[in-house]
Amino acid sequence: MKYLANVTTIAVDDERCTGCGACMEVCPHAVIEVRERKAVIVDRDGCMECGACVNNCAFGALSVDKGVGCAAAIINSMVYGGEPSCDCSGDKKGSCC
Amino acid sequence: MATLPETVDGKGAEQKAPPGPGGLRPAGLTLLQPVVAGVCSPNQEEKPAAWITGSTDTEAGAVPGISTVLARADFLGHVRCRTSAYRNTYTVRPGVYAVGDPDRSSDVLVSANYKLSFDHLRRELGGLNLWILVIDTRGINVWCAAGKGTFGSDELIRRIALTRLEKIVDHRRLIVPQLAAPGVNGNRVRKATGFSVLFGPVYARDLPAYLRAGRVATPGMRTVRFPLIDRLILTPMEINPSLKKYPWFALLTLVIFGLQPSGIIFRDAWNGGLPFLLLGLVSVFSGALLTPVLLPFIPFRPFALKGWIAGIAATVLCTQTVPMLDPQGTILRLVAYLLFPMASSYIALQFTGSTTFTGMSGVRKELRIAIPVYVLSGVVSLLLLLIYKLGEWRLL
Repeated sequence: MKYLANVTTIAVDDERCTGCGACMEVCPHAVIEVRERKAVIVDRDGCMECGACVNNCAFGALSVDKGVGCAAAIINSMVYGGEPSCDCSGDKKGSCC
Repeated sequence: MATLPETVDGKGAEQKAPPGPGGLRPAGLTLLQPVVAGVCSPNQEEKPAAWITGSTDTEAGAVPGISTVLARADFLGHVRCRTSAYRNTYTVRPGVYAVGDPDRSSDVLVSANYKLSFDHLRRELGGLNLWILVIDTRGINVWCAAGKGTFGSDELIRRIALTRLEKIVDHRRLIVPQLAAPGVNGNRVRKATGFSVLFGPVYARDLPAYLRAGRVATPGMRTVRFPLIDRLILTPMEINPSLKKYPWFALLTLVIFGLQPSGIIFRDAWNGGLPFLLLGLVSVFSGALLTPVLLPFIPFRPFALKGWIAGIAATVLCTQTVPMLDPQGTILRLVAYLLFPMASSYIALQFTGSTTFTGMSGVRKELRIAIPVYVLSGVVSLLLLLIYKLGEWRLL
């Protein structure tokens, strides 16, 4: 299953990438492969922008507009402001997921 | 910290606690205390949870041992989590737990303190000797908590210190679920604590094979899937929120159909409104059940479109085969075909929050197109209903 084509914001900075493969290890959708000591995005539409790769890149070589892919969260953020988050159960201690 | 520990039912540990099996001490709060220092209230009288089977002495204090077999109460808890807000309070006390008979060289698995996650982990660990470090994710599962940062480097670093993990094991490595990677930065944790983070497999069921292979994950263990059973299990919590709003829709429908120049006529409300009331339910089920279940088989990628297709199919099928569901007259049929597939589309769009593959940029793009369409459809539907009512009152 794939989500919308050509919308994800993931990008690799080849200058900074050392090809260590940390991003490839943490990606849950096999979006990245290391080829010739560089991270390469092999399945752009597979990226769900979870931010696992960016968070674990020691060289700051990856970037993505990280966030929840949740309509309710995004609608809430449009109505009430702030970043979309999983606090959609009403009570702020709770969670939708 | 005087806050009560977060445990199942929010009542502290469960009440029906059997003593530990032969020779083992029951693991009460006093035994838990050293490993969860800073979390528990020292004077709180508590009994251990039913899944705690004994305790293991360590340099950092006694660590509760846990069962790897789920009991009926656990399964009942899981059903309640999948169907209600019960999941918001279904938690495990953060701290260290022992599986089997671990020693100073045994691996440490890190988990969330949502009991459903914790149960999915422990049931896979039969026959193994391990430590589990449960961190405080506010009762949220691994992936969602990682996305929010509550299953994150800060909490992991803090929990390692609080539990004095370095006194329990000689090695310096942690096996963290791969789906915690959006929140856990391995480099930061290693610099702050000396413990290296190894990202384990996505699914707990792959842990035994991962450990046998010398802590090596195959590419298959690194990939998340979304099979039918996973989609189906999420649908009750898609249906519930829509059904909670349904009474408002029902009230509005009855008022519109019952409204006459002489007041609200109940017979008209019921007779005229019945097809709409039933089609409303059809749209809930097509958006919240049919679309998630048939997700890979419905054409096009946008969820709004998938939901609309499921909705129009369900609406046409119902109105054409069940006379009771067929609204009388062209205008009402038009409204039904406009409104209910849109409702199904909107409800299906909410499922983006539960999937394993939708991203924020995609959902934003969908919403930019879908919201104006929903608003326009709603306005046109209301105008058509107004025309219908004026005709009914012979004002047109």
